Amino acid sequence: MAAAPPSGFRKPPKPLLALAALIAALPLALTNNYTYEIAILVGLNAIVCVGLNLLIGFAGQISLGHAGFFGLGAYGSAILAARYGWPALLSLPVAVAAVGLLAWAIGRPILRLTGHALAMATLGLGIIVSIVLATEDRITGGPDGMAVPAFFVQGEKAWYWIVGATLLVAVWLAQNLIDSPRGRALRALHGSEVAAGALGIDAAAHKLSAFVISALFAATAGALSAHYSGFITPAKASFLHSVELVTMVVFGGMASTFGAVVGAAVLTTLPQFLTVFKEYEMVLLGAVMMLTMIFMPRGLVPTLERALAAARRIGR
Amino acid sequence: MLLRAESVGKRFGGVAALEAVSLELEAGAVHAVIGPNGAGKTTLLNVLSGIYKPDSGFISFQDENLTGRAPHQFAQAGIGRTFQNLQVFFNMTVLENVMTGRWLHERCGLAMALLRFPALARAERACREAAAALLEMVGLARWAGSRADSIPYGALKRLEIARALAAEPRLLLLDEPAAGLNPTETREIDELIRRIAARGITVVLVEHNMKLVMGVAQHVVVLDYGRKLAEGEPAEVSRDPRVIEAYLGAEACSR
Repeated sequence: MAAAPPSGFRKPPKPLLALAALIAALPLALTNNYTYEIAILVGLNAIVCVGLNLLIGFAGQISLGHAGFFGLGAYGSAILAARYGWPALLSLPVAVAAVGLLAWAIGRPILRLTGHALAMATLGLGIIVSIVLATEDRITGGPDGMAVPAFFVQGEKAWYWIVGATLLVAVWLAQNLIDSPRGRALRALHGSEVAAGALGIDAAAHKLSAFVISALFAATAGALSAHYSGFITPAKASFLHSVELVTMVVFGGMASTFGAVVGAAVLTTLPQFLTVFKEYEMVLLGAVMMLTMIFMPRGLVPTLERALAAARRIGR
Repeated sequence: MLLRAESVGKRFGGVAALEAVSLELEAGAVHAVIGPNGAGKTTLLNVLSGIYKPDSGFISFQDENLTGRAPHQFAQAGIGRTFQNLQVFFNMTVLENVMTGRWLHERCGLAMALLRFPALARAERACREAAAALLEMVGLARWAGSRADSIPYGALKRLEIARALAAEPRLLLLDEPAAGLNPTETREIDELIRRIAARGITVVLVEHNMKLVMGVAQHVVVLDYGRKLAEGEPAEVSRDPRVIEAYLGAEACSR
């Protein structure tokens, strides 16, 4: 009986528990409603990024329209709740499922194509969504936005736990997928699509499942954010927000779930402290993207992991 | 007949890479495809593995018509392959590369993966053991946990073979498995091909190393300018004046 060979080089020990501990301990450092609000924003963006990372980091596809799914989830649940009087607990899953169906319908024909077809299609979709949200003012309230009925809970502290729990579930699901044979198939597509095909892996089907899952995560975060803030505007679905999301994933580290969380945390928190630069947010994002590509193309977390591993080897 | 290709043609722009090539591959033998550079050998393998769709003709495997299907469907039908220009998953370990090869034998639905069904852990252990056994067979066991981009070229060649074998193909297409290898490594490949054939897997070998081809193959197909020039037993083919002319002609031109 041969000893089981070492499994892989990319599995940090029990990171999910570490994240749970962090979420549980963080309120000790959150002193007022404003800091809670930032933590909730970080959590919502992290949920989107964890899903988007499956698509960008693992399936190797770029989406420039995920804010569109975020916005559709937000408006979908808000409209069902505000205009049709649905309870939020029902409107939220229905809106999220509808966005998943839409992503499936868009992704199915597009992901059979190779190259950057998905990036262009999602770019178009994101723009269409934000235009529709801004112009269909009888349903959406137009550019001024609309009020959203509250959830069954209220207050920053309750929302912190809802978003924290949702983020944990999102990370758990994403990590499960990555650790499974399906995750290996996704990484194989990134490694060599032609070799993956020769092993019987259906590239289009796997990319489609990553795309739909990432859209579901974005819509969930969007719907939660709508009910949390009680008011939404089409800005949430804007191209700028899509680019922010992609930047978070790339900065934090592609193909690293926890990188996506860290990327969301840093790039959500930073602008809050640099409010003077508010007008230059786009410039700041561009600079972060460029510097990441030049100095740590793997992203923050994988770069740190490698540096740590190297330091340990030298220390030995 | 395991595989039948009938008057397969493939053009790239104005160039006919394959022209009316017909093949019948018997199960259980080592078949070799030889020919000068640009004769269409790799194009033929790409057609036989679904990477290129032929412009004309058809391909059937175990009496199933595969013409026009996608590469993953060729793999599902039981055709595996390696690549001349390595297509290793460099973003994985050596062991994970071979485990990926088990994909067709893993039952892993999306819900099963997302919710981490306990059955998955058992299947994963079996997959790991099967992959480790294959690494043992090709002599790469000691590199199992290394990143694929950290092992030598000759080992990568064998890694591709182990990964293809993991899918348990009935037909294995090897595209120049000995290219760039030294004589010792080439002998190892020679021996490996014999062991694969002994497992009952039919092999198609595209190779420039004539010594390897003549020693290991029972049936040789010669391509020249996209056409089938000759075929038969190795000794018979190597005496064929047309084959000699094609090779000498090609060498005379390249000098």
